Amino acid sequence: MAQAMGFFTDTTVCIGCKACEVACKEWNQLPASNGGASTLSGDSYDNTRRLDGIHWRHVRFVEQFTPDRSQGRWLLMSDVCKHCVRAGCLEVCPTGAIIRTEFDTVVIQSDVCNGCRDCIAACPFGVIDINPASGTAQKCTLCYDRLQVGLEPACAKACPTDSINFGPVADLRKMAEARVGKLHRQGETRAYLYGADDKMLGGLNSFFLLVDTPEVYHLPPDPKLPTRRLTSSAWMSVLGGVLVGLAGLVSFRTRGSRP
Amino acid sequence: MNPPPSTLFTAPPEWQWLIVGYFFLGGIAGGAYFLAVLIDLVGDPLERPLARLGYLIAFPTVAVCGLLLTVDLRRPERFWHMLLQSETLRPMLKPWSPMSLGSWVLLLFGGFALVSFLAALADDGRGRWPRLAALRPPGALGTLVAVLGGLLALFVAGYTGVLLTVTNRPIWADTSLLGVVFLISGASTAAALLALLGRRRAGASVTGLHALERFDSLMLVLELIALVALVISLGGMARVWLGAWGALLVLGVIGLGIVLPLALYRRSLRLGDASGAVAATLVLIGGFLLRVVIILSSEGV
Repeated sequence: MAQAMGFFTDTTVCIGCKACEVACKEWNQLPASNGGASTLSGDSYDNTRRLDGIHWRHVRFVEQFTPDRSQGRWLLMSDVCKHCVRAGCLEVCPTGAIIRTEFDTVVIQSDVCNGCRDCIAACPFGVIDINPASGTAQKCTLCYDRLQVGLEPACAKACPTDSINFGPVADLRKMAEARVGKLHRQGETRAYLYGADDKMLGGLNSFFLLVDTPEVYHLPPDPKLPTRRLTSSAWMSVLGGVLVGLAGLVSFRTRGSRP
Repeated sequence: MNPPPSTLFTAPPEWQWLIVGYFFLGGIAGGAYFLAVLIDLVGDPLERPLARLGYLIAFPTVAVCGLLLTVDLRRPERFWHMLLQSETLRPMLKPWSPMSLGSWVLLLFGGFALVSFLAALADDGRGRWPRLAALRPPGALGTLVAVLGGLLALFVAGYTGVLLTVTNRPIWADTSLLGVVFLISGASTAAALLALLGRRRAGASVTGLHALERFDSLMLVLELIALVALVISLGGMARVWLGAWGALLVLGVIGLGIVLPLALYRRSLRLGDASGAVAATLVLIGGFLLRVVIILSSEGV
């Protein structure tokens, strides 16, 4: 296997230009939403709203204002599939459409997926959705086709501020640690890395530098694998089956004992 | 301040009415087959018509289940990708994924349900192949079919709850009790349907109907206990049910679908000759509403 490749997204230098969203749509030939007619979210300057089957990068706008709007804070984060080392979507996919590539990324094969949507419910980050054009579940592929010919993903190529960094995960982690150290020295002591170590789902190959709690960025504080309750659920169901069987014996057998 | 539950940061899979319908009918198909097996194996031979009714319900119901699931796919023509790898045609099975294992068990159970359906017809002398009757107890071969099919039936009735739990969605992934609740409810709704149809078609004797009511009463008590445990196990996430969903759960599922039929079964409430039929109908409605609440309340978060 080639080295594990991934993204390090430094949210502190994101300017919210959405060049990554556009580059992603261009390269991956993703259709416009709503037939191209623009729709406004109405409560945010961000009109993409969320990652889905036709938005594989999404610049999240965290807009925090006082009621009179005299004080405010902007946080910007280009969100994307986390390419988890232990991936919930890959775990549950019943068709084998979701695979791990030689770059340690997670890719959905659109010609295999049958649109059952188990992966949508399984993803701890709400990344996956159906692309109406294909009727299959889709998400960021970390530009698998570009990686295979030695190119970097379209979003990282387009990012004008190097908020999106692409490379071997090991190198990115070093770069990110250095960046956190620098920010701390400059006084931004809230800066920390989300998903850069092995604790979160075995590590997120696409990890982030944040300056507030994960939930502020609409990231789960403690993402887990979908199978975490499989064993307990299965045993509880077996217990239920035994109880149903016993109740059946009690109810129906009595008459069998008549002469 | 405690961080919010991580299941709130996920996206809904848009499993809606087709899946509600499948979960309801899957419970009935599995439950009806299991009850038929039970009656065939340990019940009075006089009740064989009731068991026959169970087999006759199970196969058509599970066939409809397969249809609902296929139609719900966004690419229905690829339904077989659940069973075979589309490139190599090798078997596709992930035992740790309830949807993957469930697809195989549903197929197998469908096969057993078909065999028992034909055997039940043959047993009555109405089928075209009378020798198929050997595939139904009391013979050795029939007993084998019944035992294997009965175990698969229980799986079909309960795995749907485990499938919901093996996700990251609110409510579903926040408890380990959905499988057991669905399993009990499947057995309960199947008993109610058997009692209802058995009464109409005169397939069941009075003692058979009483046994069904006794069984369903036990199931309703168990279901109530399991539901209370479910709400407790959800902890703070149960807050999602404060409002219309909770009202539907308490009034519809528990009041209308459990407490009222229990009172009718126990004859502490009397509606004359119709008591049993009304109780069974209410159980079926309650079982359906249970799936509606569990599935759609999480979809809405």
